[in-house]
Amino acid sequence: MPAEPLAARLAGVTHRYGATLALDAVDLDVPAGLATAVIGPDGVGKSTLLALVAGAKRIQQGTVEALGGSMALPRHRDTVSPRIAYMPQGLGASLYATLSVRENIAFFARLFGVPAQGERIDRLLRATGLSPFPDRPAGKLSGGMKQKLALCCALVHEPDLLVLDEPTTGVDPLSRRQFWRLVDEFRAERPGMTVLVSTAYMEEAARFDRVVALDEGKALAQGTLPELLARAGAATLEAAYRSLQRPERRGPDAAFTVEPRVPREGPPAIDATGLTKRFGDFVAVDQVSFRIERGEIFGFLGSNGCGKTTTMKMLTGLLPASEGEAHLLGAPVGDGDIEVRRRVGYMSQSFSLYEELTVRANLALHGRLYGLPGREADAATSQALERFDLSRVADALPASLPLGMRQRLQLAAACLHRPEVLILDEPTSGVDPGARDLFWRLLLDLSRREGVTIFVSTHFMNEAARCDRISLMDAGRVLAVGAPAELAAERGGGDLEEAFVAWLEEAAASRGEAAGPAASDAPRARPAEAPPPTPMAASGARIAAFARREALELWRDPIRLAFAVLSPLLLLVTFGYGISFDVERLPFAALDRDRSAESREFIAAFSSSRYFDERRPLVSEFDIDQRLKAGEIRLAIDIAPNFGRDLMQGRAPQMSLWLDGSNTFRAETARGYAQGVVISALQDLARRSTGRGLEVLPLSIEPRFRYNQAFRSVFAITPGIIMLLLMLIPAMLTAVGVVREKEMGSIVNLAVSPATVGEFLLGKQAPYVAIGFVTFITLSLLAGLVFGVWPRGSLLALACGALLYVAAATAFGLLVSTFVRTQVAAIFATAILTILPAVNFSGLLYPTGGLEGVSRWMGLLFPASWFQSISIGVFAKGLPLNAFLVDFAALGAFAMAFMAAARLLLRKQEA
Amino acid sequence: MSRWFANVFRLGLKELASLRRDTVMTVLVVYAFSVAVYSVANGTRMDVHNASIAVVDLDRSMLSARIRDALRPPFFRTPVLIDGSELDAGMDRGAYTFVIQVPPRFEADLLAGRKPSLQINVDATAMTQALTGASYIQSIVAQECAAALGMDGLLTAALEPTSRALFNPNLEGVWFTAVMQVIENVTILSIVLVGAAVVREREHGTIEHLLVMPLRPSEIAAAKIWANGAVILLAAVLSLHLVVRLALGVPIPGSTALFTAGATIYLFAVTSLGVLIATVARSMPQLGLLAIPIFVVMNLLSGATTPLETMPQALQWIMQLSPSTHFVAFAQAILYRGAGIDIVWPQMLLMAGIGALFLGVALARFRSMLEAQS
Repeated sequence: MPAEPLAARLAGVTHRYGATLALDAVDLDVPAGLATAVIGPDGVGKSTLLALVAGAKRIQQGTVEALGGSMALPRHRDTVSPRIAYMPQGLGASLYATLSVRENIAFFARLFGVPAQGERIDRLLRATGLSPFPDRPAGKLSGGMKQKLALCCALVHEPDLLVLDEPTTGVDPLSRRQFWRLVDEFRAERPGMTVLVSTAYMEEAARFDRVVALDEGKALAQGTLPELLARAGAATLEAAYRSLQRPERRGPDAAFTVEPRVPREGPPAIDATGLTKRFGDFVAVDQVSFRIERGEIFGFLGSNGCGKTTTMKMLTGLLPASEGEAHLLGAPVGDGDIEVRRRVGYMSQSFSLYEELTVRANLALHGRLYGLPGREADAATSQALERFDLSRVADALPASLPLGMRQRLQLAAACLHRPEVLILDEPTSGVDPGARDLFWRLLLDLSRREGVTIFVSTHFMNEAARCDRISLMDAGRVLAVGAPAELAAERGGGDLEEAFVAWLEEAAASRGEAAGPAASDAPRARPAEAPPPTPMAASGARIAAFARREALELWRDPIRLAFAVLSPLLLLVTFGYGISFDVERLPFAALDRDRSAESREFIAAFSSSRYFDERRPLVSEFDIDQRLKAGEIRLAIDIAPNFGRDLMQGRAPQMSLWLDGSNTFRAETARGYAQGVVISALQDLARRSTGRGLEVLPLSIEPRFRYNQAFRSVFAITPGIIMLLLMLIPAMLTAVGVVREKEMGSIVNLAVSPATVGEFLLGKQAPYVAIGFVTFITLSLLAGLVFGVWPRGSLLALACGALLYVAAATAFGLLVSTFVRTQVAAIFATAILTILPAVNFSGLLYPTGGLEGVSRWMGLLFPASWFQSISIGVFAKGLPLNAFLVDFAALGAFAMAFMAAARLLLRKQEA
Repeated sequence: MSRWFANVFRLGLKELASLRRDTVMTVLVVYAFSVAVYSVANGTRMDVHNASIAVVDLDRSMLSARIRDALRPPFFRTPVLIDGSELDAGMDRGAYTFVIQVPPRFEADLLAGRKPSLQINVDATAMTQALTGASYIQSIVAQECAAALGMDGLLTAALEPTSRALFNPNLEGVWFTAVMQVIENVTILSIVLVGAAVVREREHGTIEHLLVMPLRPSEIAAAKIWANGAVILLAAVLSLHLVVRLALGVPIPGSTALFTAGATIYLFAVTSLGVLIATVARSMPQLGLLAIPIFVVMNLLSGATTPLETMPQALQWIMQLSPSTHFVAFAQAILYRGAGIDIVWPQMLLMAGIGALFLGVALARFRSMLEAQS
């Protein structure tokens, strides 16, 4: 072992995902101050290894030390995390797509407690060539730009250990060069910095001081490049790697040869003229024309975001062209011709098969959907599994497969129905060299033997060289088209990569963009160290950083913001008018079997009441049944013969009331009203016909309706609606927060930052508490202005209660977000878990005093019922602050308990 | 055409496979259709049931004791005897919905015909109980007083006209709430499940893949509708049979087949709405926010909670666009009044029409939604 100090050391590290062994007893030394590259094909454990060193994953077995301590110890991780920077795999995976370049950098700076603006950041931007567009959202940057921005974000806190996981995968050659030049410059400025990189490009590994060859979760060899070459007795690293692998792991050895193409008859497979696509003002594709012959392999090259994908999508009919037209196999694209689609296979850039189906099920589904009959689909599936070497993983889920295999699966799916044209969007991005060779053998086979036309985009020059013709695109325009050898001769002196870099640089220069960083712009000295802030202040700053980022993301999503702010108002108005217990104008009809003056007068008493609304008379008992059944009337009055006579003679007159009982409340209320009308009508009639009223009790019963003398629904319902909305909307806002970051991958920033889970959660909660409180204010104003429901009691109590309540609601959303696994489940869980207690057990519709058993507890164990007593207490009952002390305490306790539970459920590191 | 069905069938099986993977979701669905239905049906009632009541008894006579005894379950909790000074605080806290104040010498005054006055304090913020509860108390008090005076005859007749409720003779709230709770779950689940299924395909890019295949948008939408709809229908039917009928002991009258047919049409309408919402939302968080006001309004204003005729006319018209309004009318007719297809066909037709409208708009938006995304 060398005596030099180590930046990181792994001993006996084993890591499993379920039954899959990712790392198998790996021992590894990463010397300080040097650059080490981990090489190997996909799925050999590179990403796992890097994530363990960076502290992004939990260590399962073995020792991982970084910067002088064990990464298994939380205390050590907390100490060193400000000195480690980690860039996960995937273009811009750690970035926030809706935030601008500058905002992304500022977020990472704040997270690590360094100044979020100033000369240093300006220099970083200049060095990476990002300074011309500091306000462009990260999601709108090209892939190469994204990676440079991610590097900026990683370097903003001046790390001592920089961990980059396949940073140049899927990046065009020019950007790739610029990226490594940038890394070299930063290293030159900070000689002490250790760099640990993983890459699938063997030629890139030659730039590094040390190389670690990894295969099947084991470190095959480590040392300097010459050492490795000498040990393997090989001339190139690629050859050395092959000789280090177990023989059965080695791919076919034969040199790659491209058979000449046999021209085929017929119209061109793809014919595009003047294709143009505009998104608003932005011209993504500008007057692109080309013609691809049958059986030809046509390569499409260009920087990320130059319009390749958009062009391909226009050809498949996914996007309509703004201008120009395209023909596919002789038929115009875009008229939804199902038959043409059957003859085309498409593979999109990102994985677009079903994660929830196994490899086999995905292929079988494809076969069936392309109309292969059952047996043929099964046969095609097994054949594809064989041909694309997927049999071993046939029953695995795609999510558990390395990128290279996933891409193979996608190609297998695209070829399954034996299409005549294949449109492949960067099919080999992220795939290691061995697998890429295999892939291209398959493509050549399809082209030469079966005459399949292949339209493929790529970033790899050796792949471009295998195409019959290639086209170079930049900023929506085609710069050059021709056979690879011709183009290489024209510009690059025989080297295709040089030729393309030359074309791209020229195009960039003509647009006035700095093609590469000026060396002098690289950051130089560490700025004067400010005294370290107190732990409390640092923690507060990190919470603020999370909060600020969350607020910005919300601000950038105007639809979500509008819904958060406006939908409560809309709902309040709707429910204020809509939920009414004021039973009025109830439709009724009478069956008058007496037909006397008395009976008519009796019916008139009903129709003159504001509670009842008379409909055409009933004719028979059957009619009562029918019309009640149809819901046409809610009350039927059946007046017996001799009604008038009985009344005159002082006997109790016979009549019956039939109510529609299908709405219990309405029926009860109607019965009450009806009885009132009956009593007063009979009194009147009796007095007039017999000269004396009915016998009455010497008693007066005085109901006093308190808090809502007018007994209007709106006074009782509005405070409850405010309660309901302040629970629903804030909880829904936070509910997708954590699970979305998990689905999108940006949660990794938390794992490798000095921030705690608690800080992360508090930061995520803060903006929504603010929005919730604003919603509370607007709702209260609206209730007053529209419905005349103003708070009559302590405003302070209402405001304090609302603040605590909104905190509890957002905390509840976060809690839901930490225990569900998908965003769908988060939305549904929030809906079901909040609506049920808030509507039913919190006093909105039914008084809580009458609840018992489970229902009572469901109400008490949810914040809504406690805020309801504050809301109704202040709005309707006019109570002072001190009436709500218990409610405040309860709401505060809920907020804290939910946060604590969320904190416990969310692990900082991935498994 | 047979291709269309074959594709829809295949894609639907795929939907079922992805549903099965999400265990948290499964647990939530089971909870929503079992525990939630049971506790709401059992715990909440629109009628006066278990109302909390207190008595300030300054008389302490035989009569006041008999009034207290007459206020009994299931309508009222056993009255709490409280001091006059506790009245305000108790009502402020919401501890008692009703407080009866019996004045001193109440019985003596009554028997002497001095027309004493008895006060009933009602918490009028308890809308669902205040009015009917107060009238119950009034008639109970009146009956007890009448009995004390030895009066009956005409008075009782006037107080108690033979009123009968058709279809739900004892005005049992459980009937109503249990069935409506199942339906509310169906609404929420349909919108969220189907909407999310579409948004997820967009977020994961899989919908692009489907659209380059020889598939029509209608096939993709129909697959989501049948697969998710079938799961929800199964959950709803199981819930009605196991939870509502067996556990809660609520008899379900009317034709089960007709009800299931209507529920299927309703599911078609709400799942179509789910697809439609998904073509508007650009991300899962947006879908969540978009769905809330829609299903909350659909559930609370469908006529299940408060009758439609009490709403302002404009709102009644708007709610005609909601399939839930028609479903509630349909379900009430069948489950409560035993109505046959001759009575409920307009509702079924309306639900189908609204569903077709939603689906038509959704399909028209399918391609443009893809463009908006990229």
